[in-house]
Amino acid sequence: MAPARTGAWEDRNQENALAKIVVVTSGKGGVGKTTTSASFATGLAMRGHKTAVIDFDVGLRNLDLIMGCERRVVFDFVNVIQGEATLRQALIKDKQHENLYILAASQTRDKDALTADGVGRVLEEMSKEFEYIVCDSPAGIEKGAHLAMYHADEALVVTNPEVSSVRDSDRVLGLLSSKTRKAESGDGRVKEHLVLTRYNPARVAKGEMLSVDDVKEILAIPLLGVVPESQAVLTSSNAGTPVIVDKASDAGLAYDDVVARFLGEERAHRFLTAEKKGLLGRLFGP
Amino acid sequence: MDWLKFFRSEPKNTAALAKERLKVVVAHQRDGRSNAPAYLPKLREDILAVVRKYVQVPDTAVNVHVQREAGLEVLEMNITLPEM
Repeated sequence: MAPARTGAWEDRNQENALAKIVVVTSGKGGVGKTTTSASFATGLAMRGHKTAVIDFDVGLRNLDLIMGCERRVVFDFVNVIQGEATLRQALIKDKQHENLYILAASQTRDKDALTADGVGRVLEEMSKEFEYIVCDSPAGIEKGAHLAMYHADEALVVTNPEVSSVRDSDRVLGLLSSKTRKAESGDGRVKEHLVLTRYNPARVAKGEMLSVDDVKEILAIPLLGVVPESQAVLTSSNAGTPVIVDKASDAGLAYDDVVARFLGEERAHRFLTAEKKGLLGRLFGP
Repeated sequence: MDWLKFFRSEPKNTAALAKERLKVVVAHQRDGRSNAPAYLPKLREDILAVVRKYVQVPDTAVNVHVQREAGLEVLEMNITLPEM
């Protein structure tokens, strides 16, 4: 029997190290930030780490839909910041994964409702209870995106192999190295990871799409994983289950690799080459 | 084996084009960051103006970078002339 919603999250001992805060960011919209946040947080929880994932996209919340908990949102991040609800009331415990909690964004508030102070306070409180806090950044480089990255220890920079996405990612890397708490306080730097999504090896082979090496060379940050363009991403979001749960899908396996590598496991990159076509495919294929 | 290809024109490698274009915009974007000296953008402007006295070049023709290595500061400048 799963513990009740108000159950286990406060059990974590305060003498433990503080949570690691990971921002999922990109600058450009529609590249897979929320898909990545949902799968990454779920993957950490599946491996036994107590994890919370926060939607920073005030006014355009979607993480709740991707996580399949949209009907259980009572209080949200802004309510907690403004003291209208406690963290415990607002955190939604995932139904499938014991160690996973979701904090929804407010759908009705103005995005100015997020304040640097308020976000800092809530993250501080949360970091006593969780091992990992995943911050799902909104698109753009305005306030919401800034606050999502500000407290980060590490960053997943989600990028598509496409010119506008790569340029925006580079812009975000500039912000990560200057406009974060770590950068401002001189306390080291935010550790950056490249997550290349919607990768289509067949098009790369034809010279129609930037290759993973191209993107790595331009952005010059370590590659955490490549997630292939996959039908499973849409079908999983239809059902409200993070794609990492679908172990029969290429994208699900790719996200599993991402989480494993993030936690220090050595895993070879895969899904980088197109599947070989049969004779008929080669004769009559595109 | 792919005999249909024989009748098609060879497609352009647009990915290579994308990469070249990105390298230029990203290099420019990075000019403003890191801990480069504040005079760099102005220096670049001035050099561009001088070059333009003699050759018509686009805004992107002049690249100025400062690199620090082991206490040594290297000012690196690249001027790309248009193809004749």
